[in-house]
Amino acid sequence: MKNPEKELAEIKAMMERSTRFLSLSGLSGVLAGIYAFLGAGIAWYWVYYPSSEFALETEEVNPSDLQTKLLVIAFLVLVLAIGSAYLLSQYKSQKKSQQFWSPASKRFLLALFIPVIAGGFFSFALIHQSAYQLLAPATLTFYGLGLISASHFTLGEIRNLGIGQLVLGIFAAYFPDFGLICWALGFGLLHVIYGSMMYYRYDR
Amino acid sequence: MKGIYDKAFENIVRLRIMSILMANEQYDFNSFKELLEVTDGNLASHLRNLENQGYIQVEKIFLGRKPQTNYQATKTGRKAFEAHLEFLENLIKSNKS
Repeated sequence: MKNPEKELAEIKAMMERSTRFLSLSGLSGVLAGIYAFLGAGIAWYWVYYPSSEFALETEEVNPSDLQTKLLVIAFLVLVLAIGSAYLLSQYKSQKKSQQFWSPASKRFLLALFIPVIAGGFFSFALIHQSAYQLLAPATLTFYGLGLISASHFTLGEIRNLGIGQLVLGIFAAYFPDFGLICWALGFGLLHVIYGSMMYYRYDR
Repeated sequence: MKGIYDKAFENIVRLRIMSILMANEQYDFNSFKELLEVTDGNLASHLRNLENQGYIQVEKIFLGRKPQTNYQATKTGRKAFEAHLEFLENLIKSNKS
């Protein structure tokens, strides 16, 4: 044994690589943010325009065709975001010759998606109960919890991103007038900020 | 000097295997192979070596029809690894002073 520093570094690297999913792509975070912005913009246009320019008035979102259209947009944003995250992370793991499917990535996915899927079912219940003003707070809160639990198994920045979503979600629950704005800030702006931070730190 | 340098961890593959098992409750053969990028035979011989020293224990299970071999660090193994770590840390400290 010639170099104890090197040996310790080796131990640390192995512990990290075996427990954390390090191929998560920062760029996909930025893209998810952009999709969310577009989605929120379209939703704002359909729901509020032209009655209010600032989207501050809560109006009953009742007409069922509008509800369907909003659901389709939300679903589209979700599929695009997950799709980009999957493809770009796979690309990143190939580039860094790391394994994409590993015990670490499975743990990461489980930690993220248990709260997120629970949040999905919860949101359908809210629609069922016509509690539309709680949709944005609920999706933000559950997603935030998912990110915080997943942060133990991936890059550390995810934790702060999750806390941000959580704070916005709880704020929006008390001030439903700001629901859509909070949703756009959380899923849009925070994703872009943290995604680009991760991109500059790890992806290049 | 405190801590014990353990010959079992002199080999880099065995050191890596033990590091992974310290950070994970259990780890399976194929995941080891992918993470460590070693051949089946090489990996198996190092795992057997650690098993013979009583540092890890093996468990074979079936996932559906596929067999999977899982490894866990034993109490003895954890203690030995911790002593090895302590030795390395003290060595670095004494090298600095």
